[in-house]
Amino acid sequence: MTIGNLNIITTDDNAGNEEDIPGLELFAQLVSELSSSTKTNDKLQSLTDYFAIAPDNDKVWVIAIFSGRRPRRTVSSRLMREWCAEITNYPSWLFDECYSTVGDLAETLALLLPETKKEERVNKSLSHYLKTFISVEKQDESVRKIFIIESWNEMNRDERFVFNKLITGSFRIGVSQKTIVNALAKTIELSPSVIAHRISGSWDPSTTSFNGLLSEAASLTDFSKPYPFYLAYALEEEPENLGDPHEWQVEWKWDGIRGQMIKRNNELFVWSRGEELMTDKFPEYYILKDLLPDGIVLDGEIIPAVDGKPLPFSVLQTRIGRKNIGKKQLVDAPISFFAYDLLECNFDDWRHKTLTERRKKLEEVILPIKIPAIKISEIINFTSWKELSEIRNKSREMNSEGVMLKRKISDYKVGRKRGDWWKWKIDPLTIDCVMIYAQKGSGRRSNLYTDYTFAVKDGDHLVAFTKAYSGLTDKEFAQVDNFVKRNSIEKFGPVRTVKPELVFEIAFEGIAASNRHKSGVALRFPRMNRWRHDKTVDEINTLDDLKQMLSVYGK
Amino acid sequence: MNNLITFTEKGLYCEKGDFFIDPWKAVDKAIITHGHSDHAYFGHKYYLCHTDTKPILQLRLGENNYQTLQWNEPIYFNSVKVSLHPAGHIIGSSQIRAECNGEVWVVSGDYKIEDDGLSGKFEPVKCNTFITESTFGLPIYKWKPQQEIYDNIINWINKNKENGKASMLLAYSLGKAQRVLQAIKETTQTIYAHGAIFNMQQMLIDAGWNIARVVRVTPETPKELLRGAVVIAPPSADGTTWMKKFTPYSVGVCSGWMQVRGNARRRNVDAGFALSDHADWDGLLQTVRATGAERIYVTHGFQSAFSRYCNEKQIAIAEEVKTQYGNEEEELTEELPKNKNETII
Repeated sequence: MTIGNLNIITTDDNAGNEEDIPGLELFAQLVSELSSSTKTNDKLQSLTDYFAIAPDNDKVWVIAIFSGRRPRRTVSSRLMREWCAEITNYPSWLFDECYSTVGDLAETLALLLPETKKEERVNKSLSHYLKTFISVEKQDESVRKIFIIESWNEMNRDERFVFNKLITGSFRIGVSQKTIVNALAKTIELSPSVIAHRISGSWDPSTTSFNGLLSEAASLTDFSKPYPFYLAYALEEEPENLGDPHEWQVEWKWDGIRGQMIKRNNELFVWSRGEELMTDKFPEYYILKDLLPDGIVLDGEIIPAVDGKPLPFSVLQTRIGRKNIGKKQLVDAPISFFAYDLLECNFDDWRHKTLTERRKKLEEVILPIKIPAIKISEIINFTSWKELSEIRNKSREMNSEGVMLKRKISDYKVGRKRGDWWKWKIDPLTIDCVMIYAQKGSGRRSNLYTDYTFAVKDGDHLVAFTKAYSGLTDKEFAQVDNFVKRNSIEKFGPVRTVKPELVFEIAFEGIAASNRHKSGVALRFPRMNRWRHDKTVDEINTLDDLKQMLSVYGK
Repeated sequence: MNNLITFTEKGLYCEKGDFFIDPWKAVDKAIITHGHSDHAYFGHKYYLCHTDTKPILQLRLGENNYQTLQWNEPIYFNSVKVSLHPAGHIIGSSQIRAECNGEVWVVSGDYKIEDDGLSGKFEPVKCNTFITESTFGLPIYKWKPQQEIYDNIINWINKNKENGKASMLLAYSLGKAQRVLQAIKETTQTIYAHGAIFNMQQMLIDAGWNIARVVRVTPETPKELLRGAVVIAPPSADGTTWMKKFTPYSVGVCSGWMQVRGNARRRNVDAGFALSDHADWDGLLQTVRATGAERIYVTHGFQSAFSRYCNEKQIAIAEEVKTQYGNEEEELTEELPKNKNETII
């Protein structure tokens, strides 16, 4: 069987000897190589090597897993802990202590379970374990318990780790879809953009074969498939360097969820940028199935809005996690789609056409539809970069994060590319505050205090108002970690109360009123902008300062 | 009841014998378990240590008033009978046994159970009270047999050779480096070393140890010689310009902390080998049981978890103690910037 030649059709049936290949072991090795390498080229090499030798059925699962199609979690972490306790006889406080040090449940379990003897190790494929896992999903807890414990007993530590990661639904790995696509492109002779298109959309790894997934016929029959998104880089230099302003189309940068709206064969599909099919979450869009022409794909923003005016992102958050959308959500957080690009029209791929051509067609399609659920993303008119800069300063009033610059003659590219699309965001809001609690992080930050809670002053008191985990260098994190270990006042479970001494500038994108937080505010995208070595705790901002910001920016 | 050994702000103190064990402030009489810097401080008027530890102290602390003992060779401080017993941690590392009026206390220093062929085979010593380290006192720390880890290191070196990369092994210059060098000396003709490790290795060879010879990397060492070389350096060399010379290279860290993935990822190492000179969880428990001690004090490491477990499982009456040990294999965290009012517990 030659993988590189798609004319040779391989079905599941003649891949019968797959059980002899140590599929899970190969996968565990892949995961450990991917997580220890820091260079994209090394990751690409590991994946390419893997795709060259792994069983076909496992490859399908790996593509699924790395593109976010994990099996739904069917075993709670509580049960896994209980079973581990039964086997090891460790008290639960000791488990907690270990968990807090390791920072990862799947790894803690893998380390605590007794090592499997060499002669008891069994080679099975990744797809075997996942298929069995799905088949016991609906069965009694005792059946699932037997399956999991027996599986543990066949595996070494690394295999248990990936297995636990998969069945607790916490599998995450630092590999971009682009790298997966490029590795596949080295294995099968197809262009990356064709592969990217084919592995997107809704497909089930347990019923899809490797060749079925990556064959021409398969993509023709799936009407739901979105195109890969084109993503912009942040503009870090002055816009003057971009040349003539007239060559650029500018729109607001909306603060919602990037999405693709597809109508094909009289069905409507809405995809998020994370390639999650979200059609059911937005009943507002259903009517568009009748109003949009068939064979059309739009790129735009899923955003809460009233009369075409966007509401803050926090409004969208109130309904995004819900399985069922009720009347209350539809009234309080009405959703619109701000369309800004057209990728397919009359079943033809329009991505190679210029933005100007696509925009013209987009207007022809959208403008006649006069309902709140869809709106065209307005073009900002400007004649000079200076004028645009002034307009951009009003972004917050528009509930927008800045502006998008798109070259008029550009085609619609795949993935994040420099040159034709830029996001020009406004500077974040900032506030100076003091760290009061710290907690250990997870992953590469395990056993290191990296998750902090910050407070502002309210008279003589300190009021916690946000957490932040990012923005410091590794060196700074190590310094703060050292401080936390030496300046802990109290310990509540994993949280340490620390001496309020280290002052940080927190940057954030937005502020909203919140009754779930003691401070009465919730921040959007808070992160540590700077460690203010020059400031003491007496010089930090106050709760009144925060409230002032809320009244100005938090509508 | 007066304890034979008490915990003072200068370190572990035996009042009846008027001596300290591994004190971290200058004292008159110090008994030193082993040569790591968090146990062997500068400035004492008198040092007692194992014969094999003396050259290490001389290298690190210079000339001092040293007295040495062999293992099991008794010496009296007033009415207190003191003897040293192998701790298996590094060359010369010893447990300190102190006996007075039939009551026996043992201070473990740092120890490991597995015999590395250099440090002497660890012997549990019967006692009433055992003061134990707990660097890796959580059940997530269970070491693989050293041969398995050595094989992994050798495979990694061979793989790097195939890919034309140098193998940069990071290991503490005293202890881990000698152990790793013994394990890999057959894999390659020449092993290159950072100056810190070269000095240590040379000193031990001069002291009569039959251990692997290494070649010091100097600014004059031609780059061509280093292509695909095997190099050993202390962890502090990581990320310095010294390493640039070996490009392209792959970094492998030999440390018990590598047991947890996050630690290896945080340090951006290409390979982590969980090779430790400390006892793992099972080793600590096994040792506490073997000493027959009814009471234990648990120092540096996961002291609260380990002592609580010993109490709950009625292995011994355990109490945790804070000391200033444990910076030697602790991950190297950065110091805070100066101008802050530092408060050190």
